[in-house]
Amino acid sequence: MSDAATGTTAPAPAPSAALLAVPRSGWHVATVASTRRETPNASRIELEVDGWPGNAAGQHLDVRLTAPDGYTATRSYSIASSGAGTRVTIAVDKLPDGEVSPYLVDEVRAGDMLEVHGPLGAFFVWAPDAADAAAAGEARPVQLIAGGSGVVPLYAMAEAHGAAHDLTSFRLLYSVRSPDDVYFADELRRLAEASAALQLDLVYTRRSPAGWPTPPARITREVLEAAVIPAAERPRVFVCGSTGFVERVADWLVELGHDARSIRTERYGGT
Amino acid sequence: MSFITRGFSGCSRERDERLPPGQTLVQDFPVLSAGPTPEVDTAEWEFTIRTESSVHRWNWDEFTSLAIDDVDTDIHCVTHWSKLGTSWRGVSLDTLFEQVETEQEYVMAHSYGGYTTNVPLDELLDGKAWVAFEFDGEPLEPEHGGPARLLVPHLYFWKSAKWVRGLVMMEQDEPGFWEQNGYHLHGDPWTEERYW
Repeated sequence: MSDAATGTTAPAPAPSAALLAVPRSGWHVATVASTRRETPNASRIELEVDGWPGNAAGQHLDVRLTAPDGYTATRSYSIASSGAGTRVTIAVDKLPDGEVSPYLVDEVRAGDMLEVHGPLGAFFVWAPDAADAAAAGEARPVQLIAGGSGVVPLYAMAEAHGAAHDLTSFRLLYSVRSPDDVYFADELRRLAEASAALQLDLVYTRRSPAGWPTPPARITREVLEAAVIPAAERPRVFVCGSTGFVERVADWLVELGHDARSIRTERYGGT
Repeated sequence: MSFITRGFSGCSRERDERLPPGQTLVQDFPVLSAGPTPEVDTAEWEFTIRTESSVHRWNWDEFTSLAIDDVDTDIHCVTHWSKLGTSWRGVSLDTLFEQVETEQEYVMAHSYGGYTTNVPLDELLDGKAWVAFEFDGEPLEPEHGGPARLLVPHLYFWKSAKWVRGLVMMEQDEPGFWEQNGYHLHGDPWTEERYW
């Protein structure tokens, strides 16, 4: 990025640990490799991104669309995939008054080209622990907490955890409207079956599957307490969802004794 | 390298000239935070400016007794939303720096909760920045940075540190929390200084 160096005489930033783990961002041309319906309201889009440097689990990218008259619209989307390589998967929820999301969910098709900028963000990321740290029992457990489409970056983390055969204890609490609205439903089930180190907990807020033990309801502090790794085990916690969901959950986690510095949050919003 | 996206026409054609490139107008007030919202009691609240030679301190009562400005301004978030004509009340950094002697030209803003962001001092003076404690006629809500946040509206909004508790003068510019985690050292929305 050429403009990073202009207008300042500052020394190069001292790289944090996270900085070293993530590739540099830039603009790229992406070709849509495939699209499929993810839920009744969302699509999964697989992109082949020319020159993509790979990305860490949890990062996001910007998508820029340009109309024939030059009008542009740019939005940020979490990336559902991670690792080296130029294949990048996003999953997009259609917002009722949205401008970009309806295009991506309903209009885009294989072969279309999009401009993307990324990978972005170096804080809301997870990388597999060094195997020896996990073996020595030094790795801290990881609690993922998703509200709705906020599961996308957390799915990337769970998938990276499974792919690396990482032994770090992982738990994903996923609050979702109904069984039809679960993103990556098959993949999540397979990941949880394949690894004893990953536990999946679903909370249905509007409609539960037949025979589900509890009626649909929004998550409560009691449900949260029962379904997350206890504060005493010092988990690293990643929370992603709407602002209301994230604020509520993060406040409860602090009340339950989790160290605020161990809780990382990301919210979606806007159009 | 921009090219036309097949099948995309977009919604709005009325491009407001107050909107920087790559931004979209919103009516609500989205939130960007890296962690839980800290609870800060105004009885415990304190604001400090630390220079190479001294520390200046204000408690809540002292702070809110200073000259208060009404600020009407547009705000621009790096996550592509802008909000036009927002109204704030707060204390100008010019007022705070009246009593402060320093040779150092860079500032690190520190927040309750541990976050930091860097801004050159000359971008905080001459009517360009405030410590704001009211938004839209109400006390600033915690999720938007209450009880008080920095307000530097000519830069992307992550520079307007929420839950601000003090400024530390620095000899050289250094990256704060967001700047170490992917955001630009400076952050001018009109030249899209978003990421490094």
